[in-house]
This record gives sequence, C-alpha cells and structure tokens, in this order.
Amino acid sequence: MSDPNEHHSGAPSASSAGEGARIQGEYDVVIVGAGPAGLAAAAATASAKLSTLVLDENAGPGGQIYRAITTTPVQSRDVLGLDYWQGEDLVAQARASGATFVQGATVWSLDRDRQMAVSINGASRGLFARRAILATGALERPFPIPGWTLPGVMTAGAAQTVLKSSGLIPDGRVVLAGTGPLLWLIAAQILRAGGAIDAMLDTTPRGNFRRALVHLPGFVASPYFAKGRALQREVRSKVKIIDGVTALRAIGDDRLREVAVTRGGAEERMAADILLLHQGVAPNVNLAMAAGVAHRWDARQLCFVPVLDADGNSSVPGIAVAGDGAGIGGALAAAERGRLAGLAAVRALAADRAPGAAETDAARRALRRAERGRAFLDILFAPAASFRRPTGDTIVCRCEEVTAAQIAETMSLGVEGPNQLKAFRRCGMGPCQGRMCGLTVSELIAQARGVSPDAVGYYRVRPPVKPIPLKELADMPQTPAAVNAVVRG
Amino acid sequence: MTRTADAIVIGGGLHGCSTALHLALRGLTPVVIEKDYAGRHASGVNAGGVRQLARNLAEVPLAVASMELWDRIEDLVGDDCGFDSHGQVLVAESEEELARLAARVDDLRLRGFTHEELIDRAELKRLLPAVADYCPGGVVSRRDGAADPFRTTQAFRRQAIARGATVVEGVRVIGLVRRGATWQVATDHGAYEAPVVVNAAGAWAARIAAMVGEAVPLEVIAPMLMITARLPRFIDPVVILRGRKLSFKQLANGTVVIGGGHLAKPYPDENATVLDWGKLATSARTVWELFPVMRETTIVRAWAGIEARMPDEIPVIGRSAVADGLFHQFGFSAHGFQLGPGVGSLMADLIVTGATNLPIEPFRVDRFAGRA
Amino acid sequence: MFKRLPDIAGATVAITIDGTPFSARQGDSVAAALLLAGRAACGMTAVTGRKRAPYCLMGVCFECLVTIDGEAARQACLVPVRDGMRIETQGAATSITEPAA
Repeated sequence: MSDPNEHHSGAPSASSAGEGARIQGEYDVVIVGAGPAGLAAAAATASAKLSTLVLDENAGPGGQIYRAITTTPVQSRDVLGLDYWQGEDLVAQARASGATFVQGATVWSLDRDRQMAVSINGASRGLFARRAILATGALERPFPIPGWTLPGVMTAGAAQTVLKSSGLIPDGRVVLAGTGPLLWLIAAQILRAGGAIDAMLDTTPRGNFRRALVHLPGFVASPYFAKGRALQREVRSKVKIIDGVTALRAIGDDRLREVAVTRGGAEERMAADILLLHQGVAPNVNLAMAAGVAHRWDARQLCFVPVLDADGNSSVPGIAVAGDGAGIGGALAAAERGRLAGLAAVRALAADRAPGAAETDAARRALRRAERGRAFLDILFAPAASFRRPTGDTIVCRCEEVTAAQIAETMSLGVEGPNQLKAFRRCGMGPCQGRMCGLTVSELIAQARGVSPDAVGYYRVRPPVKPIPLKELADMPQTPAAVNAVVRG
Repeated sequence: MTRTADAIVIGGGLHGCSTALHLALRGLTPVVIEKDYAGRHASGVNAGGVRQLARNLAEVPLAVASMELWDRIEDLVGDDCGFDSHGQVLVAESEEELARLAARVDDLRLRGFTHEELIDRAELKRLLPAVADYCPGGVVSRRDGAADPFRTTQAFRRQAIARGATVVEGVRVIGLVRRGATWQVATDHGAYEAPVVVNAAGAWAARIAAMVGEAVPLEVIAPMLMITARLPRFIDPVVILRGRKLSFKQLANGTVVIGGGHLAKPYPDENATVLDWGKLATSARTVWELFPVMRETTIVRAWAGIEARMPDEIPVIGRSAVADGLFHQFGFSAHGFQLGPGVGSLMADLIVTGATNLPIEPFRVDRFAGRA
Repeated sequence: MFKRLPDIAGATVAITIDGTPFSARQGDSVAAALLLAGRAACGMTAVTGRKRAPYCLMGVCFECLVTIDGEAARQACLVPVRDGMRIETQGAATSITEPAA
C-alpha cells in the first residue's frame, strides 16, 4: 500500500499554511473582491464590529480600477489621473476599519448555504459566511474579431494593468481599437506616460449618438461629461483616429503583424506589433452564478446582471452583489453599492449597531448621483452587433477553438441554449469557464432562434469557478460528516 | 383540446426516449412529455459508463441484453453516441478483496454469465499501466466501455421523433386519471390522453406514482462528478473500485471524468444541487493513491445530477400494481445509463405484447410492501 | 510588445524563464515579466497547439498558464515574481509524468 503521506512531498501547501491558517472558519461577513465596492463594504461592516474578511485575488487591494494603488511605481500623479488616486482614501478607510484582508486568495466555490472554498498560496480550505458580499467587479466584454487570439492582441485593460502595477507601456507599432470611455482613458494614460500610439480605430456605431440623445441632459449634468470631453480632446490632438470602423481583422502567422480596418466599405491595412481591444466591460458573473444567484439580461448594457434589490441582496438569502458585478456603473457607483450592501449586512446581523437611516439615504443619493449619465454612456458606446455576434471562422470560444461557423452549424440540430451547445461543441468547457465566450454564445443563439438573450439564458456555471489542482483538493481539510451511501455509477 | 396518443411517456431522459423509440419501432405513436429538456438530468450528466461489470445479479440479464443494442447503437439511433469499448476494470486494492471478486466471478459463471473475467496483477498492469503498484488484480468486462450521455439521450430523442414519436419539452405533468380504458394526463400546457402511460420520470417518478395512489419508497439523490483538464492519453478502460467510491475514465479529448457516487444535496424542485467538497476531496485522495500520474492535473468542473434511488439499489420496471395501463421505468439508482437501450426495448415488448423474455420479477414496484 | 518607463524605482528580482535568467522588478506579475522578456507566446491551445499569449492580464482569459517552480497551470498574471522563481512556458495544463509502461 502506498504511503498516504507521499503526496505531500514537494507540495507548497505545508509551508504556506501561514496565510490561510490565520483566517478563521467563519465570519459574520465575507467580502469577495477588494475593489471599490469590496473596500466600501468592508469599511461599513467592520466599523460596526462585524467580523469581516475580505478575500482578493490580486497582490494588493484596489480591484481593476484602483489596481496597485498601494504599490504602483508610477508615482507621477498626472499619468494615471486624479480619479485613480481617489482610491487611496477608500483603501485607507477599509484598512482602518478592522477588516481582515487576505490577498492572493481565490474563492472557487460558494453555495446557497454560504459555505465557501478559497485557495490561498496553493492551499484550499472551507469557510462559512453569515453574509457574503460578492464584489468581483467586471471583465472586458469579448471582442471576437478574426485573429483576436494571436499573440500581440490584448485588451486595453491589460495595458492599463501593466502600466499601473509595473510601469510598462506598449512598445513598437501600437494600435488601439474599439469603443467606450476606458479606451480613451488608457490612450490618455499611455500618452501622458510618454508612450506613442500609431492609430486609434473607433468602432462606435454611427447611429449611437442619435439614440443616446434622449439621455443627454443627464450626461451633461454628470461628472463624466467634462472629463470625457477633455480626455477625447487630449487624445485626438496626438493620435490618428479612424472612426466609423465597421470591421477589423488581426493578421499574422504566429503573432500579430497587421491590422485590417474597414470603414465606409473600404479596407485598409496597417502594420502593428500590438493591438489593444476594448468594447466595454460586463459583470464578472461566474461566482454569483455558481452560487445560484438569479441573473437577467440587461438590454441596455447588453450583458447578464444579477437580480437584486436596492441593497444588493440577491435571490439567494445572505448573498449580496455590489459594484460593477451588479451592473456596470463605474468606481464611484461601485463604492456606494458596496456601502449599501455593507449597511444592509449590519442591519441584518447587528441591528442595534446599525447606523441610522440617514447614512443609508445618503449612500442611496450618492449612488443616484454617481449613476447620472450612465444611460447616455451605455447607449453611446454600445458595441455594434457585428462585433458581438461574429460569423465564419472567427473564434468564439478561445479555450476550445470553436468558431462562429461551427456554432451556427450546431444550431441547425435544434440546440435551444448554451448548455446543450456546450455538450456538442465543448464551448464554455475550457478553463476560462465561459468568461471569454459566454456573452457571444448567448447572443448568437438568441439571434439564431429569434428571441431575446433573456429567453436563451447563459452557461450553467458550476464550481470550481477556477480550476483547482487535484492535489490541492485532496489536501483540503476534511469535513467531519461521514460519507454514508455507497452508490456505484 | 386533448391530444391523443398510443402511449404517453412521462420523462424525456434516456429511458423515456428509449421506450418511445422502441414503441415507435413497433408501429405506435408515443408522446414523450418532458418538464425540462431531454437529457437535462441524470441521463445527460452522468459518467457515461456502459457497464455490465459488477452489477446486482438481478440486473445482469438486462445489462447483457442491453449490451447487444450498444454493439449496434449507430444502426439503432443513427449516431455512435461516442461509445468506446475498451473494457471496464474493477480494481481490487487488497488480496482479500480479490478473493471476494474471484468468488463472484465463479458464481456468475455457474449462472451462465461469462462477461466478467478475473485478472491477476500482471494482466491488471497490462490493461492499466498507470495503476498503482499495490493493486493485486481485479475483474475485467472486456466489451464494456463508455459513451457520451447527453449525446446518447439526444440521439434516442431524435431517432424516436424520426420514427414517429412526439417529444414535448418544457411541459410538466400535473395530473393522471384513469377514465375507462384511457389515461387522462393533465399538464401545465394542456391535456393528453392514451391507453398506456409509462412513468420514466426519474427523480420525480414517485410524484407521478402518487398521482394514482401508488406509494414508492424513492429517494432523490445527487451523485457528484468532477472533470479534469486535458491530459495526454494514459488509460483506455474505465476503472471502478468496490471498496472505495470511484469511477474513472479518460475521454477521447483527454479529460478525465471522476465519479463514484459521493452525494451532493439535491433540490429537485429547483433543478439545483449543492456540492459537498469534503466528499469530493475524498475522491481526489482516492485518485491520488490509485493513479500517481494524475497528481499534476487540475479539476476544471464539478457537478451533480438529480437521480432516483430505491432502497435495494435496483430499479422499478414493470406494470403498476394498482392501475391498468400504467408502467414504471425508474429508480435506476445511479447506474441506469447502460440499461437504457435494453430496458426501452423490454418495456415496448411488455406494452405491445403483454410479456417480456427478460426476468423482471425482481424489479416489481410492490416489492417494498412491508418495509419500514 | 512592452517596455518599462524610465525612472521606475523598485528592487530587482532574479528569475529564470525556460532556463534563461531574467531581471524583473518587485511588483511585476510573472506575465508582465514574460511580456518584457519578449516571451509573450507562453502558451498553446489544447486542441490544435497554436501559440497563445496573455490577453487580459487579470485572471480571466487563462491564456497565460505557465509552470512556476514545478507547479503546472499557474495563471502568470496573478503570481508576483519572487527571487529564484523558475518559469517554464510552452504548454497548456498538461504537465504529466508518462507512465512507465
């Protein structure tokens, strides 16, 4: 018989017991994600003396928008901008509140009973939360164009990440493409840092402005209006902008060499070493969906969002969703949503310690203010259908290399939804678990069936929401419950 | 407007679709009524084991008959269902266990069944080079293998329709009443009637039986499975353990499916399950010990199906004990996949001719009377 | 594809990428180091073996899977560099010792 301890040799779990070991088995509130929503929620619950644990996947707090805010080597405040540095206060308040922060922690399972599994430094353990607040933010909307899987094609957010955390800027012939405020922001940040951009290819559909006009007053009254105009002017003065782009192709053998742009029916090619794509962000739904949180299709934001009440409470009792994961609203709105979810947790668990209604009302008002202008932005920068629903040999599922044509072919077998499609084509079954293809697939099926994506639904997301090494699962501390039934399959 | 059929099959899992196909092949026009979609539950999400090996004695004749159909599955349903036949191996982890297995194989042979073959350490290592050295031998059933459960269920559904059956999905049966020689089947989308009803409703079969006042001690269970990232091919046969819970197979795409019957918590009214990671950790440890080559892999997904288990772990097959024209086909206790083709054929025989050659006495619905 | 801004302070971190030494900086993720070292094409697809490089740098795309200090299938964008770290590229999560048979 083999030595049952044999599998410990070489495993890092023994030596890294430290980080995981110092957290307890249960908390009043567990917050997943230390972006603005998670930070604000933590400050609210911990300052009311609820035991609060914040689990964040990155090396430091801040999420995406305030990434590396405590460690960024880009110290000149002009480069990243004032909006970025606003995050410092949020971090300070959260840290001062008494919440326990664990970085490098990936929550890979959460169920309706609020039992969680988290991986820290290569060791997994279970955890129980009386209340869970999911603040896992957003991810870049998929941007499936021919050749988007080539080395050299990345998201605009990726460029922003390495700028913030490592002080890197794109090198060589740099092309940006897509639509949305974040594209203009990263362009400005690259330029301020001394980088160069060869071209910016604007895919904003021509009819969007007209459709967005009805929401213009709200936008003009919002903080985004002045900032957005200033940003665009800054970038336009230094970068060649090609707008009205209706098609894009990334061309190369084993890496990107050229980008082909179509506008006004004519195609132009330009040499490129790096192509940064961005056409908006969408909620990162995997953990919430795996926990059973009900979602619905948001026709204006063109993505699935959780069904929530005004405090962020979801369809699963005790699980709230805050921040961009609740619906795209930006950093300020995220912080207010986090605050509201935190206050609701305090009312639920320690009503006697809850601040009065005035604080909640203030947060609700601040949230409304922060959301002003959002409708205009959503419609103005809504990505064109052709960039959301590709055709032909364009890869839809990157992990399993499933193309749009293959999906269309399978649809003819009478496939009704993404979960049946998954069984035939494996799309959604790779390690990214549908994060890069879920929206595309739901929209393609909806188009083929002539129904709304709401009727089609999304992949049935199951835990682990990130792949877990077999060894790490084997080493998980055992639950005391004995295994009863013997059932052979 | 009441829709009429020759037979109504409640439940569009593999068993329901198989029975519908076989009824259609015998000239009937059955209607399958499925509350979600064909293969949504146990049929579509199980480990796909096509197994005669290690079955309860009562099931063996049915499994052997079903195997005949698996061997020509493409002729039957127009799809090979992903069926690969590299054998199934029951691995013994100790000499005592091997001795018990030897006794079973002898007993089977006495009864005329030769599909199980005892193997020694050398043959075990030849069949499973990756298995840990401490295993002294086992039992192999060489014609066994595995297929794609969802694809198989969908293939039976498609072929049933092609042969004249109707499959309605998203429709739930809410009432069952006998009027004269006809069953009136009420659903949330209108009424149906037929002289014959087949209860193939899986985990929900007790609710259907209750509609006619027939109590069955069915337990809803949720067996769990895990699947890994792709690995270079290292094993062909399907592996099962008897002493510990494990079933283990590597699919054609290189991923490995790990099962064995650890249970999650089912919520049948919501089509939901809550996984038990403590038990899955036990599965992971079992795999770790049995197959050292698996130690570098990652688990990409885990899930559970919603299934029906009977107290004696064998299904309910046959006529209702309380009502004419009602037939039961449920309770396969997490090992019904391989039986699907054969039991559908058996059921069609029973319905159309009134009898079947296969011994189904052990599966009577009223065998539980008198149990606590 | 990327270059470091001038005047970026921070301690040097010595790592190896496929056996070749590389100087990263404290706070770099392994993915950032790979991009700087010109080793962006760190992965390949499971189905056809095509080259892939990090796409999102935020733990979502899983195109940056590398072996770090012997552990396979680590997301390079989520792991900060450490002195002496050994990074091996060229493969999706398929690190497995072949059976002796």
